[in-house]
Amino acid sequence: MISMNWVKDYVDTKNIDLKVLADKITKTGINIEKVESKNIDNLVIGHVLEVSAHPDSDHLNVCKVDVGSEITQIVCGASNVRKDLKVIVALPGAILPGNFEIKKSKIRGVESNGMICALFELGLEEKTEETYNKGIHELDSNAPVGENPIKYLGLDDTIYTLDLNPNRFDCNNHIPFAYEVAAVLNTKVTLPSIDTKPVKDNIKDHFEIKVDTENCTMYNAKMVTNVKVGPSPEFIKQRLESAGMRSINNVVDISNYVMLEYGQPLHFFDKDRLGDKILVRMAHDDEKVITLDNKERELNSDDIVITDGDKIVCIAGVMGGLNTEVEEDTKNILIESAIFNPYNVRYTSIKLDLRSEASLRYEKGLNYEYCNLAIERACHLLEKYAGGTVLEGTLTHDTTIKKEKIVEVTLDEINLMLGMKLNSNDVTSSLDSLGFLYKIDKDKFIVTIPNRRVDVEENKADIIEEVGRIYGYDNIKATLPVVRTKKGEYAPKTKFRKDISKRLRALGFNEIRTYTLISEEENNMFRYNFNDEIKLLRPMNIDKSIVRQSLLSSMLKMIEYNISRKNNDVMLYEIANTYDNSYEEDTKISFGLTGNYISNSWNKSNIQVDYYLVKGLVENILDYLGLTNRYTFKLSDNLPKEIHPKVNSEIIIDNEAVGYFGKIHPSTSKNNIYVCEISLNKLYSKKVRAIKFKELNKYPTINKDLSFIVDENITSEDITKVIKKAGGRLLTNINVFDLYKGDNIAKDKKSLAFNLTFEDYNKTLTEEEVNVVFNKIISEVETKLKAELRDK
Amino acid sequence: MNKIEEIKKLIDEKMKGVNSLQELNELKVEFLGKKGLITEVNSMIRDIPNEEKKEFGMKVNEVRSLFNTKYEEIKEKLEEEKINKQLEADAIDVTLPSTKVSVGAPHSLEKLIEELEELLMSMGYDVVEGPEVEKDLYNFELLNLPKGHPARDAQDTFYIKDEEMLLRSQTSPVQVRTMLANEEKSPIRIICPGKTYRRDDDDATHSHQFTQMEGLLIDKDISLSDLKGTFDIIAKHLFGEKRETRFRPSFYPFTEPSVELDISCFNCEGKGCNICKGTGWITVGGAGMVHPKVLSNCGYDPKIHSGFAFGFGIERLAMLKYGITDIRTFYTPQDIRILEQFNRRDVL
Repeated sequence: MISMNWVKDYVDTKNIDLKVLADKITKTGINIEKVESKNIDNLVIGHVLEVSAHPDSDHLNVCKVDVGSEITQIVCGASNVRKDLKVIVALPGAILPGNFEIKKSKIRGVESNGMICALFELGLEEKTEETYNKGIHELDSNAPVGENPIKYLGLDDTIYTLDLNPNRFDCNNHIPFAYEVAAVLNTKVTLPSIDTKPVKDNIKDHFEIKVDTENCTMYNAKMVTNVKVGPSPEFIKQRLESAGMRSINNVVDISNYVMLEYGQPLHFFDKDRLGDKILVRMAHDDEKVITLDNKERELNSDDIVITDGDKIVCIAGVMGGLNTEVEEDTKNILIESAIFNPYNVRYTSIKLDLRSEASLRYEKGLNYEYCNLAIERACHLLEKYAGGTVLEGTLTHDTTIKKEKIVEVTLDEINLMLGMKLNSNDVTSSLDSLGFLYKIDKDKFIVTIPNRRVDVEENKADIIEEVGRIYGYDNIKATLPVVRTKKGEYAPKTKFRKDISKRLRALGFNEIRTYTLISEEENNMFRYNFNDEIKLLRPMNIDKSIVRQSLLSSMLKMIEYNISRKNNDVMLYEIANTYDNSYEEDTKISFGLTGNYISNSWNKSNIQVDYYLVKGLVENILDYLGLTNRYTFKLSDNLPKEIHPKVNSEIIIDNEAVGYFGKIHPSTSKNNIYVCEISLNKLYSKKVRAIKFKELNKYPTINKDLSFIVDENITSEDITKVIKKAGGRLLTNINVFDLYKGDNIAKDKKSLAFNLTFEDYNKTLTEEEVNVVFNKIISEVETKLKAELRDK
Repeated sequence: MNKIEEIKKLIDEKMKGVNSLQELNELKVEFLGKKGLITEVNSMIRDIPNEEKKEFGMKVNEVRSLFNTKYEEIKEKLEEEKINKQLEADAIDVTLPSTKVSVGAPHSLEKLIEELEELLMSMGYDVVEGPEVEKDLYNFELLNLPKGHPARDAQDTFYIKDEEMLLRSQTSPVQVRTMLANEEKSPIRIICPGKTYRRDDDDATHSHQFTQMEGLLIDKDISLSDLKGTFDIIAKHLFGEKRETRFRPSFYPFTEPSVELDISCFNCEGKGCNICKGTGWITVGGAGMVHPKVLSNCGYDPKIHSGFAFGFGIERLAMLKYGITDIRTFYTPQDIRILEQFNRRDVL
């Protein structure tokens, strides 16, 4: 959050409307999400002229208040209300935080035309027991009656809430943000004062620092003595609060204040408790420290620590140690302003779950200029607001790279990448307002990237982006890349999947999308020749901890859900990728269905979902893929335990099992649900021929029916196999048209009736020719399957 | 001759009494049968003097044709009556409910993806997919997001083993794979739709699983204005001809410059409403010029080649386009009554 009153210390906003300014800044890529004015309408400074006790209450008072335009009567419950006090009055129409509108009212029968306010009621202070007990806010006696009290208090601030891109988190700080304001308004930034009056006593005579790790590239230390810890001045309190931080005391507040100015976190040690030495090093494995929050932390060799030469006094960039904390009685302070390896700070703060305003800033990377300025600024403020005495000199360890980042870029390169037509002046004006120094060498701009902009890298694209965003992307015309003459295509496997998907829809299935991550329990369902599963390293919860191998547990859940919602006819499919611990991807086709395939609510033309319907659907898909005559279905007792052992089929193509379908096992679901799961990868691996037209037979066909009585355990397929073999070339189709059990047939027998089609593509068949084959079929079936011809 | 006149009268009389096709056929026998009246009269011609034969013959023909005409007339009438009766008998209550024939619907996300695919394929983009269980190398490392890079924060990722494998947090690794696989380093136009995952707790606007579609174009002399033109077409295709587009500067580690893709609000036409949060603009995606480091990481020379990349969150687009307010609608138990709402062709 950015306080615009604060920003105005560094840049002249020329009275521009702050909402308009926010829009302009947002357009340059610094997103301002919310513009909030602390002002409230219908607030005035009032003068209490008279106070009398409420006739019907022992704690309310009836006050006559001069609000400038009139003298009005207000009932007030605060104990500190008294004659001659200057107060903040919310008149009828004022809307206080929490959407609380002030209206004329009667309080226990007495008219009240407004409210005398405390600061917390106006959202200008946090509501605590302390602020509550203070009662109404007492203005000084010079406060002008009838004027705006918020303005009078200097609280008429406008707060920007930012939603920054991760490369520009520096703009959460007021000075870097001021540079963005300056860029938009084409003006300059004035940095705050860092002047001090150091005493002739050098820190070098009192203290030494040593850095023993390359993960600390800069370490500055200064000493301030004789500080007086006390409350902060009002403006510091207010500004910290608008930025979302609580005021603690002047010394701690100054460290935060400077951080919110430059973005450089500081650490203040109690010098007397610290000793006379600092050593920065990596922690030892299992080394322990008690941090400010009074918790013991265990460290390892990836954590940077500040020590007094021996014991840890601070976890670098993350949190100070309890042993050297600044307290009420602290007199002498050692200030640290340092740059640590962002990766280490990030690692440590995440590991210890101690991400703070400071650690976030270290993580994003800091610049040495501000590191140097911030420590001076802190001294300035401690001298001014904490009565401290600054010692001469700064102890410094500095291995930062000072090489300037310089980029050469031409106007043509800028215009080519942006697709704009900028001229030289447009570019220099953008660079000027950004505060980037540059030289012009013929057609080249030689740009020096300021040290404060750690996000801008040393390449042309970065400079072009800066110029572009300040000049304005609204100026980009729409063009199109030169058209490629070829139309785009789906990757072959994608096309294959899409085609199957469309076929499934044509067959009546609705597509669903379910989660890839499932629970262990779900992953234990519908396991079908699976390898081990992939488990997440750090799942969010156990319900979503495993990368699924089958889509059917989700499918079943979805169907049951719909049944419970009285959607009785449900057909769903999903095609999604599954994985196992070899990281091999397999795309699975799954579908599930229940209820009626075709339904009519009032006549009896329903077609109910059953095994044979599902079999037909599977055949339809396989035929669609050109696999006719290459697949067989086999009842299997090796399918997942959720599948009915007697009502299922494994799908075999070219002797390879590619999936299965079947009824859900009654102990898994009481409902009549069928599911199917097929490996798309396996289907995709099958080579299929292109469509070739085949002439229809010119010669007539001859159809013959026959039925056999066979043992009940003989399957339809057993019989058709024998028929097919005996039928030879002339038999072109076998169709089962009746299954009969019951009267006239022995108990353990059944009758199956077939319709056979005979044809010859070369001539008209004679009845005699067919009869030879037909009789052969009958005798083969009779002898091989102990069948009895029932009818022909 | 008188006989003929009598037959004529008789035809008239008898025909009037006919009520069925059967009766009509009986009449035919009565008049034209072997012993029929007209046949009989006709046979009398033998006894007629020669000079009168011609006239007699004509008269007989006349009466025969009279009968035939009447016969056809009445037959037609009776047949029509018969059909009308049958039609009456066929009558049903057409207001009774239909027999439901089911043809399934694509999922709303798939519907939108296919719409975008169709458009972009017509612009020369191939549709390419990649694995969801992905290497850190492709998901982050080669995309200018080294380990410990703060921008990884924005994409809190599901890691698998040793943090080398992960569930991809974006579809960008497909771009990396495509660039690396292109051995001639020739121009590329692809879109990569697919599932992506981040460690977000599921609520109305967050989902740990979501869908992205990214596009990548690599060629020579490509500029931001080409990206603008491409985005214009996509925005108008999805949200109507009146849509205006704008770029807002942004940041992505793999593009430089980076922009947010905004469209003018289709709900309020830019006046400001709930959907655009009063700004008149809605952010629908992110894009930018491919970062030179990404180009060189993938074997393309940034001095020769340039390109742009763009990405959309398909759930976000679908929520805007169809007016869905809770992202979980796409995933958690899907009532078929939700799915079926997408069982029709869409119009703008």
